[in-house]
Amino acid sequence: MTPGRLLLLSFAVFSVGVFGVLARRHAIAVLLSLELMFNAANLAILSVAWARGLAQGTVLVLFGIAVTVAEVAVGLALFLLAERVRRTATLDDLSLLRG
Amino acid sequence: MTDLLFAALSAALVAASVAVVLSRNLYRATYALAAALASTAGLFFLLSSPLLAAVQLLLYTGGVLTLVVYALVLTESAEDPRPWRRPLPAAAASVLLFASLAPLARHVVAPPSRPAIPGAREAGVFLFRDYAVAFELLSVLLLAALFGALAIARKETSS
Repeated sequence: MTPGRLLLLSFAVFSVGVFGVLARRHAIAVLLSLELMFNAANLAILSVAWARGLAQGTVLVLFGIAVTVAEVAVGLALFLLAERVRRTATLDDLSLLRG
Repeated sequence: MTDLLFAALSAALVAASVAVVLSRNLYRATYALAAALASTAGLFFLLSSPLLAAVQLLLYTGGVLTLVVYALVLTESAEDPRPWRRPLPAAAASVLLFASLAPLARHVVAPPSRPAIPGAREAGVFLFRDYAVAFELLSVLLLAALFGALAIARKETSS
């Protein structure tokens, strides 16, 4: 277990998440892929903090997790609203803001 | 022993991540995400942060899983009839991103004498002394997110 390998792992998970965000249509699927990307970022932060023995890394990851949970709550609320008002959860059909 | 655990957890994390983005059934994708987050908790444990491993399991895995499953149950939209939008360019972009990030991993090497890894006590001191303002702001953010989610998702009664 080396910092380089840990970072490679987090890069791989982040790339998989990017693929999910770009390629899926369903709002929940995109949200889950976003979670993967957040998770990969947390792993990268903690890997570097572990390699350098920095306690601040723990605090940063704690904040990251809290922000992510808040983001999930708001994202799911938006999803529920879209389902109720527009009767769709497919992001392609939610293009109201497109100019 | 640590290397073996690391290899197993890495394999589980990557497999679960791929399952998240490839599953057509969204319940399956959600449980795969829970598996990915739990493997990450295991990695946090290996990185000698049992505090973060516990937070990851309790708050992140438990909280996100519960919220997403609730949303899926409420809307009955678990099956994704046409899940893909331009998958090939997306895959190309993802591979390109990984290929451009991967060389950076070699630049991070541990210093020859690794300093002692701080535990939950030091993290608590940082959290409540050095970063106390950020911590309080975070609680305001969580409250705002809670009220925002309520305001967005509640049914309009007077319309």
